[in-house]
Amino acid sequence: MKLSRPWTTLLAGLLVLAAAAAWAQPDLRRWIPLAKDGLHDPASPGTRQLQEPRDALARLAADGAGNQVRWVQALERGEIAPRANLLEGTEVRLREDDILLNLNGGTPIVRFPHRAHTLWLDCSNCHETPFVSKTGANKLDMRRILQGEQCGLCHGAVAFPLTECNRCHSVPRASRGGGPAAGHVPAAPKARP
Amino acid sequence: MIAAFARLAVLAALVAAAAFPASAEYGDVVLNHRSEAEGVRPVIFPHWFHRIRFRCKVCHSELGFRMRAGANVVTMKEIVDGKFCGMCHNGQIAWAPDRCDLCHSGRPGLKPGIQGGHSTLGPGVW
Repeated sequence: MKLSRPWTTLLAGLLVLAAAAAWAQPDLRRWIPLAKDGLHDPASPGTRQLQEPRDALARLAADGAGNQVRWVQALERGEIAPRANLLEGTEVRLREDDILLNLNGGTPIVRFPHRAHTLWLDCSNCHETPFVSKTGANKLDMRRILQGEQCGLCHGAVAFPLTECNRCHSVPRASRGGGPAAGHVPAAPKARP
Repeated sequence: MIAAFARLAVLAALVAAAAFPASAEYGDVVLNHRSEAEGVRPVIFPHWFHRIRFRCKVCHSELGFRMRAGANVVTMKEIVDGKFCGMCHNGQIAWAPDRCDLCHSGRPGLKPGIQGGHSTLGPGVW
């Protein structure tokens, strides 16, 4: 099919407009100013001097929950560069494997990524309390998590909240058949920084 | 007509509620076990501010802060001596402990604990 010149121009124009609209997606995130957040005292001289959440968070990878920031993504993309240690002698440890949990439950399987967790945390933050270092040995219980125990020590307090079910329960269940209670998935062989 | 208006009002309220959540930034911690008893405002500790600059492991592994709100009762003497907050808040890495108002900026009467715009610590605590 051959298009006449005005039609080609119009089509090209529409394409450019569509691309511009897709690129300029408005950021609908809003952060409450400190003086109105119900915690900071508007009468305190400090409140006016502190950094506003909007000024720090608006440029970081967007999320719909928590601080409205995808913290792991912001870190992986280099949007933030938080220090990993203060003391010179501290060993900064990173672990890359995944653990599959909830293999026999009704909800989708949980893929626990060690990498996303050890980018932020040290092994000792989770092991051996509250979790023992043995695949399948930790009896995770959603009720306890919702009470602020186990994963709920962070998720629901500072890490993404417990309303985000499918971020943990992320692996579709192929069949309802039996199997081990938990599985270990070694790190992908590809090298990551 | 009235029904349509009511529907519109409910929708507007829902949109407003989504756009402007009712309380603090997610992960903010109020420290007030001792502050007001000692005559200063409560401390508002913002997790978001700190995690832009430090990974969790710095405070929760190197500095010894336990990962449970209320489990860390820190005194000004410890901070001035360079422990806990004082590892950074020493005038070298972050502002020194003589800048009282920058940390002690909370409204009077706040209860200690973790706050946030979303559910915190789950329905067991609601």
